[in-house]
Amino acid sequence: MQPSLFSAAQWTVSTLTKHIRDALESDLRLQDVWVEGELSNISRPASGHLYFTLKDSGAALKCAMWKSNAIRLELRVQDGMAVAAHGKIGVYEAGGQYQLYVDRLIPAGEGALFQEFLRLKAVLEAEGLFAPGRKRPLPALPRRIGIVTSVSGAALRDVLNTLRRRLPVAEVILAPSAVQGEDAPGQLVQALSRLNALKPRPDVILLVRGGGSIEDLWAFNDSQVVRAVAALDVPLISGVGHETDFTLSDFAADLRAPTPTAAAELATQITVSELRERARTGAIQAENAILGLITRHRDAISAAINELRYYSPGRRLQTDRQRLDEFGRRLHSAQVHRLALQTSALDGWRKRLLALSPREVMNRGYAVVTRRSDGAVIRRVQQARGGIHVRVSDGGFDAEVADGGS
Amino acid sequence: MAKSTSPKPVEELAYEAAFAELEQIVSTLEGEPDSLEQAMSLFERGQTLARRCTQLLEQAELKVKRLSESGLVDLEED
Repeated sequence: MQPSLFSAAQWTVSTLTKHIRDALESDLRLQDVWVEGELSNISRPASGHLYFTLKDSGAALKCAMWKSNAIRLELRVQDGMAVAAHGKIGVYEAGGQYQLYVDRLIPAGEGALFQEFLRLKAVLEAEGLFAPGRKRPLPALPRRIGIVTSVSGAALRDVLNTLRRRLPVAEVILAPSAVQGEDAPGQLVQALSRLNALKPRPDVILLVRGGGSIEDLWAFNDSQVVRAVAALDVPLISGVGHETDFTLSDFAADLRAPTPTAAAELATQITVSELRERARTGAIQAENAILGLITRHRDAISAAINELRYYSPGRRLQTDRQRLDEFGRRLHSAQVHRLALQTSALDGWRKRLLALSPREVMNRGYAVVTRRSDGAVIRRVQQARGGIHVRVSDGGFDAEVADGGS
Repeated sequence: MAKSTSPKPVEELAYEAAFAELEQIVSTLEGEPDSLEQAMSLFERGQTLARRCTQLLEQAELKVKRLSESGLVDLEED
């Protein structure tokens, strides 16, 4: 093709650069990249962002790591260090540069371990060991808590302090185990199965260890350990390493905690302060119930008095009723121990009232006179007409009114 | 819960037993107890049980044991 000396430019710098940027950023393979190389030209300005170049014998790649990612970096970066970086390719348009925007940076050797981690993860996941449906609910209030961790080390201390603070009524059983090194997987498996077989069994098991590198934590990626976690009859909470560390045991656990302390907290959702509150609530409920009972009794007696009114001399009842109301007012204040005394006094009143009952009154000679035609009670002389029924203490008889008396 | 002829002294009850009995008493009181006298004595036992629960919670100390070859032993912490 003949280059034209005078053709108008297709592009501006901006549009061309934008096109390059789109081309690179739409390539999905370039958006999820793991690359190994040697660190050089490390720069960490005041902004907190980290800039460096990754190179090998044939090429160099400019990299940028934002402050938010760089701040969590445990690696002490040095020129010449062999590393593996994860991130995505982007284009810095103003500088005319493509770059790797890095979100993870680990030593090169660990890159290989990480690949192994991913491989194991895929295998165990395919066995269904990480399925969400397998996760069991945790007991609300565990009484026996099993712990698998090393006897020395901060993790055990942190867990015990947390449990002491939150649920001192619980009982802890530690099954000690190495948490790194060659012996660790075997000991972890044994510790887990001993706790699982214990009688009585723990209500929950905590699998914990403090922070460390991917190599330090490697025992928790061991397939035997993961299978042992999955095979437990008891729910398990894992708290291994720091917040950002994930091991395969975490995936198999019923619940993953970011740290050992968090694992102890998640195990004790109900704390002693909650239990104290429940005891207090129980006492208050009992108090309310007894107040309700006494009020109901008082009301029942009040109702009985109303009925008695028809049969007994009225005035004496007024006084009794007033006294009963007074008792009722006293009952309504919340001094329940005083009520205990008043209850027996109340019983005394009840017996007195019973003495005022119709039968008792009639025993003394009073009679209830009703009109036979409609059963109406005859209280006044002028009502006394025609056939009447007279009820006395042990029965009744009919009578005729002889003459309208006075 | 069947009424035992002589209920265990509250001071001898462990936490669960005390709390469970307290809950029983509350539901009996909220239902229809036989008599006011019975209700009052149940209520007072309930108050004592609540106090016992609180006391046990305050005094509780975490029991820590270790699984060794021979079985459960106390944990010596450093």
